[in-house]
Amino acid sequence: MLEIRNLHVQIEDKKILNGLSLTVNDGEVAAIMGPNGSGKSTLSYVIAGKEDYEVLDGEILLDGQNLLEMEPDARAAAGVFLAFQYPLEIPGVATMTFLKAALNAQRKARGEGELSTPEFMKKVRAGAERLHIPQDMLKRALNVGFSGGEKKRMEILQMALLEPRFCILDETDSGLDIDALKIAADGVNALRDPKRSFLVITHYQRLLNYIVPDTVHVMANGRVVKSGGKELALELEANGYADYRSQAA
Amino acid sequence: MAQVTPMRTAAETQLLDLFPAVKARLPGAAEPRQQAYDAFAKAGLPHRRVEAWKYTDLRASLREAAPLADAPSAAVLGEVRTKAAPFAGLGPALAIVDGMFEPSLSDLHGMPAGVQAVGLAGALGTGHALAAQVGQAAQADDAVLALNAALMTDGVILRVAAGTQLERPLVVRFVRTGSQARAAFTRVLLVVEEGASLTLAETHEGPAGVGHQDNTVVEVITGDKATVQHVRLNADGGGAVDLSTLGVKLGADCAFTSFALVTAPALTRHQIFVTFAGENSRVSLNGGALLKGRQHADTTLVVNHAVPHCESRELYKHVLDGEATGVFQGKIIVEPHAQKTDGQMMSQAVLLGDNATMNNKPELEIFADDVVCAHGATCGQLDDDLLFYLRARGLPKPDAEALMLQAFVGEALEKVEDESIRDVLEGVVEAWLRARL
Repeated sequence: MLEIRNLHVQIEDKKILNGLSLTVNDGEVAAIMGPNGSGKSTLSYVIAGKEDYEVLDGEILLDGQNLLEMEPDARAAAGVFLAFQYPLEIPGVATMTFLKAALNAQRKARGEGELSTPEFMKKVRAGAERLHIPQDMLKRALNVGFSGGEKKRMEILQMALLEPRFCILDETDSGLDIDALKIAADGVNALRDPKRSFLVITHYQRLLNYIVPDTVHVMANGRVVKSGGKELALELEANGYADYRSQAA
Repeated sequence: MAQVTPMRTAAETQLLDLFPAVKARLPGAAEPRQQAYDAFAKAGLPHRRVEAWKYTDLRASLREAAPLADAPSAAVLGEVRTKAAPFAGLGPALAIVDGMFEPSLSDLHGMPAGVQAVGLAGALGTGHALAAQVGQAAQADDAVLALNAALMTDGVILRVAAGTQLERPLVVRFVRTGSQARAAFTRVLLVVEEGASLTLAETHEGPAGVGHQDNTVVEVITGDKATVQHVRLNADGGGAVDLSTLGVKLGADCAFTSFALVTAPALTRHQIFVTFAGENSRVSLNGGALLKGRQHADTTLVVNHAVPHCESRELYKHVLDGEATGVFQGKIIVEPHAQKTDGQMMSQAVLLGDNATMNNKPELEIFADDVVCAHGATCGQLDDDLLFYLRARGLPKPDAEALMLQAFVGEALEKVEDESIRDVLEGVVEAWLRARL
């Protein structure tokens, strides 16, 4: 379970999150929607541990463990995974090399042994197949020369491989055509599990047709201003965010 | 304005005294050596007011010129035989130990068909036909090159016959021994005939912490349609001063690629002079330097597009920790009639240490009007966003940094086509990065 309590965050003296509280239960898929600048991406970065943000108050607990006291890599090992809105390119590092380094670093941090190469290859191949990722892409430098859709699928592959407890999808739908969106959503749905929760950040309801959320939360001006079931997403699609902008101000 | 003759430094005096003392026993014609010595005597050691040596003031940093190394004894050679060479087993190797070509440590009988290998001293002494080409590719008004031309004791001449395709690399080892600082002046000439293709891999090996002084020249002269991959691994010990010149003269329709890796010596200056003598040839010059402490590594190159329709690429990567200094000077000359020249030069540095320094000096001298030339230089720290991405995947900060640095150098390293050689070089980079963790 992830609990965020009264989170206040600023970056370069600009307040972004203003007392945000949110609970995501085990096995729950929670969608966060909201207009541009409402603080959605900031929330995802702060949970994952990006250093540029200054946390003024509040706490983020994953199964009671305070994430804010942990380094980003320790949070990853504890089960936090952020699928980036803009996955970064690493020229010179083969995707396979990167995947193995990440997986073994997490296993090491948890006191588990390294995976053998055949075990690892088997895992990667299975995941890649589900996500329609060709084998030769795994030999290329990570994300270099990949299309937008390929980068997003690679994020989902990493997620599948690392088996996190808590997954954040930061606008995974942006830049995807409908076919790519379906493949990515299938990949995510395959990972749904009673012990795994998801925070799905999106502008549009469309993604939520494919990754159907249990709860929907509307963010405006740095906090959650309304929560509801999946029907709330449809309502937002019909009416827009205008009501929430004025409400929050 | 009055001519100012700077005072001779101790090192200059020692170098000037060295030549008259040893010239009687140096192989080959005396006259070219004397001319080179005179040129050095006139110029002295290069210093910061010599533009090409602006960032490597040899006059100031070379306090003492070490005496000439003695020819290695049987005991020394026995010791060398027991040491594992970085490229051991990857291809037939020739060894130059303390300035002398060592047939007993060389695979002279294991040379592939189409390859002729002879000792340089012997070739110069007997007036071997190939010896006439010594000095043809490395031509520059440069004091360090002149010193080598005056004092070269030995080395190797390799000829690869027309049409020969070598699968395995030819390895040339420059080995230094002993605990006292000594100087060696050596030269390798590689003559590649029409249509031949090969990889030449040099290693520079020496004991840690000894201030050996090396002045090596490697010359590559090709006929038309030749393909040459050149690799230079500097695995000298920590104290060494390593001055090196690579001179390349290419025929038409050739491809020449070079990669140099520096991690160990105290001071290196690697200078490259490339001349396109025939059209439609391509050159790719690359290098990586990983430095710490007060190490200093200088790469200075001049690519002369003397003919039209040639392409040159340069990619140099410096990783600078501590108070290390990196220097990259690259000059691309496009002569008036060398139309359709395509030249692109890039130098990138990551500064890990607060007191590390990178000096970049790219120059384009373009006298033709229908060319595409570009240069770029970047200098900075590791990208924070990328670092976060890797840490968010579970890599601890030092591991994430190491992976990023490996990738950074890897971009230049991947120009090495021979996989077995590239694996060794990657191992050297990884060892450097691991030592940092």
